[in-house]
Amino acid sequence: MSTSSIDRRKFIQITGITGTGFLLGLQQRGYGKTAVASFTNEAAGYNLSPYILIEKSGGITIFNTRPEIGQGTAQSIPALICEELEVPLEQVTIKQSGGEKQFGAFQGVGGSYSVRGSYMELRKVGASAREMLLTAASQQWSVPVTECRAEAGKVIHASSGKSLTYGELAEAASKLQVPKKPVLKDPKDFKILGKAAPRPDVPLKSSGKAVFGIDADVPGMVYASVEFCPVIGGKLISVDDAKSKAVTGVSQVEKCERIVGIYRHDGVAVIADTYWAALQGRKALNIKWDKADKEAFSSLAYNQKMRNLAKEEGKPDNKNTGDDTALYAAPVLVEAFYETPFVSHSPIEPMNCTAHWKDDGVEIWTSTQVPSELVSEVSREFGLPAEKVKLNVPYSGGAFGRRLINDYVLTSVALSKKIGKPVKQIWTREDDTRLGPFRPPTFSLLKAGLGRNGMPMAFRHKVISPSIEASMDKRYDKGKMDKGMTEGISDQDYLFPNMKNSYVFADVDIPLLYWRAVTSTTLAFAHECFIDEMAVKAGKDPLGYRLSLLKENSSTYRLLQKLKEVSGWEKPLQKGKGRGVAQYKFFAGQCGHVVEVTRKGDGVTIDKVWSVIDMGTVVNPDTVKAQVEGAVVMAITAAIKNGITFDKGQTVQSNFNNNPILRISEMPDIEVHILTDQTGQIFGAGEPGLPPLAPALCNAVFAATGKRIRKLPFDVNKIA
Amino acid sequence: MPTIQLKVNGQDHTVDADPQMPLLWVLRDLIGLKGTKFGCGMALCGACTVHLEGNPIRSCSFPVSAAAGKKITTIEGISANTDHAVQKAWIELQVPQCGYCQSGQIMSAVALLKSNPKPTDEDIDTAMNGNLCRCGTYQRIKQAIHRASEIMQS
Repeated sequence: MSTSSIDRRKFIQITGITGTGFLLGLQQRGYGKTAVASFTNEAAGYNLSPYILIEKSGGITIFNTRPEIGQGTAQSIPALICEELEVPLEQVTIKQSGGEKQFGAFQGVGGSYSVRGSYMELRKVGASAREMLLTAASQQWSVPVTECRAEAGKVIHASSGKSLTYGELAEAASKLQVPKKPVLKDPKDFKILGKAAPRPDVPLKSSGKAVFGIDADVPGMVYASVEFCPVIGGKLISVDDAKSKAVTGVSQVEKCERIVGIYRHDGVAVIADTYWAALQGRKALNIKWDKADKEAFSSLAYNQKMRNLAKEEGKPDNKNTGDDTALYAAPVLVEAFYETPFVSHSPIEPMNCTAHWKDDGVEIWTSTQVPSELVSEVSREFGLPAEKVKLNVPYSGGAFGRRLINDYVLTSVALSKKIGKPVKQIWTREDDTRLGPFRPPTFSLLKAGLGRNGMPMAFRHKVISPSIEASMDKRYDKGKMDKGMTEGISDQDYLFPNMKNSYVFADVDIPLLYWRAVTSTTLAFAHECFIDEMAVKAGKDPLGYRLSLLKENSSTYRLLQKLKEVSGWEKPLQKGKGRGVAQYKFFAGQCGHVVEVTRKGDGVTIDKVWSVIDMGTVVNPDTVKAQVEGAVVMAITAAIKNGITFDKGQTVQSNFNNNPILRISEMPDIEVHILTDQTGQIFGAGEPGLPPLAPALCNAVFAATGKRIRKLPFDVNKIA
Repeated sequence: MPTIQLKVNGQDHTVDADPQMPLLWVLRDLIGLKGTKFGCGMALCGACTVHLEGNPIRSCSFPVSAAAGKKITTIEGISANTDHAVQKAWIELQVPQCGYCQSGQIMSAVALLKSNPKPTDEDIDTAMNGNLCRCGTYQRIKQAIHRASEIMQS
């Protein structure tokens, strides 16, 4: 299974859903005594599942297949197991898996999928182990298992007062049949789940002790910095490395490659005994690139191309109920065109990977979202059996989708193989900003026909954009309706008669990638601003208008009602202030915001954001709040700061000076509310906060200034 | 390579380094103190913040030669057991997400509270404006600085 040949939704679905279930399905017995030296370097223990290792001494290790990238999986994932296993989280050691086969086909994070994709499966893992430990104790004491209970890492026989620790029971328990249908705890008895709990990584991250990919330290290691062609896709003609090799500390200059999606980009690596020397050596390189036709690419021309493509018919999606006569028969026609830019991921930890090619395989240290994919990709690219690829996954200094692909890893492995030493390759911030892959832009042409009462009679959302899937897969069908690039536009709860949404592909030769909340971040801007435009045309309150388009039993109705309540929507505002609302329902879940702004000079200040996120079921409410707070900040950055542009085939932006991100002084207050229910549904937390922010903000700007923003990013200090 | 004497977290170190090499890489790769992070290389993000004679500096853009003989404090040097008031507040309010920028955030916060034990929101904005956080933990950073101020005064 390769990320490069299927879209992300399929990727997460196929690999994510089968991950843990597959293991339990196949493995009917306990796992006996397992030497885990190759992974943990610790004494042997007993596995009650691949994810649970119990030592005789009582030490319990929980293996986490979902890398911690800041979203809280170091707590939320082991919590699912520990809750059912009846052991406090503070008592266990948590280890990150490194793509080893026993931990399942998909080990990774993306799509706000970690908790919702593991919720039942990992609880079953914990519950099965608990039942095995209970059975082992009851057999040892010759008492009915119903008289035993599990608590805080022990099994207790209440009437006799006997107890045994899990460590004492582990060996016997590991020889028992794994229960096929373990009994899960009643949520009312939960000790961990549903409660705000501290994360185990927080003290490490407050003391400089947390180890990130960039902190890898391997004896004999050398450093590499790679110059890739500044014109994206340019080919190497020749390199004069004499001056570079004269830099003290520089040992070698090597040609190398970066494989990103369907692209292979040439590079020149400078190897040195310090990173600083490698950078100096890189500056001294004299390289001739064949930039050929790639220099013709510019944002100016590409944007015009996308605007022209808006005239094309487009491929309609399968939810099409469209009838053009209804659109043109409507007494009022509303039409608008929205534009969004390319953006960078820009995690503060730049891409980096340390690789050590050895006689018997390769060892890798890197921050990644997808350990299992990384191992299979290295295995495939270098013709190594997967078990010869040993991967260490430290904390990620941010990811936001960027670490779903392993371009930087493949380069490091190739360099280590070539020079026969461990190599730490670190990208500069400039590399990170200029080389992509980027979140693609989407342009949207929207039309609505309104009746005399202001209610819609017909609705159209046409998306014009390049495609992430096309950037990943050579076999991409350029004439298809791209579901990834039209995310959510036909899935909103609004009751639109005669809806016809469609897609027009706009080819581009720039590497593209999923970005936190992906295309929903750009499409929600167009979609939810346009609904405001409809409300204005209808002369209705924007929140009330939305409610009038919804069934009262829909999740969106409930969410908007909550937003109305918590934001005090109906309270009159002082002069110069404006409120805006937006929501978006998409693959990861659903969130809505109300944003309040105040006019200041030619622009506005963003004062306050009220957020409501629908979780269905919540595992750690504090983590959910943190995720929404963070999503709001990232989305404000994307709305008013970020924006990658190209000129002469090169990325114009290079570092945080010209590709800025929001600063603390620009922060609004954020107030997050979580919706839950008793249906057993569970939604994502990491991404839903992003899509509705830009439209809620722009709708607030309209309310305060009368000016409608239809193009991102916009200057919040000077509203045109 | 010239030999340079450094005093880091109260310990003396002798390093052989290009005088122009930024202090960041000396700390991380020559001395082995990896809590200080590389983010931008241009003093734009603050992930590399350390103290020189008690004042916050961006070590990614600070030549090691200029730090010779001066008192340098890194994240590893502010407390032995993660019990500085700022760290306690950071843990209490669960500030970090990915955590990569937080060493720099904490070093800026420690310096702020040293010179201004009861900062206002505006004081915090001014002192912390050079520390970027891509995860967006700013609201908690602000709350945690106020909390650390309370802890220090209790």
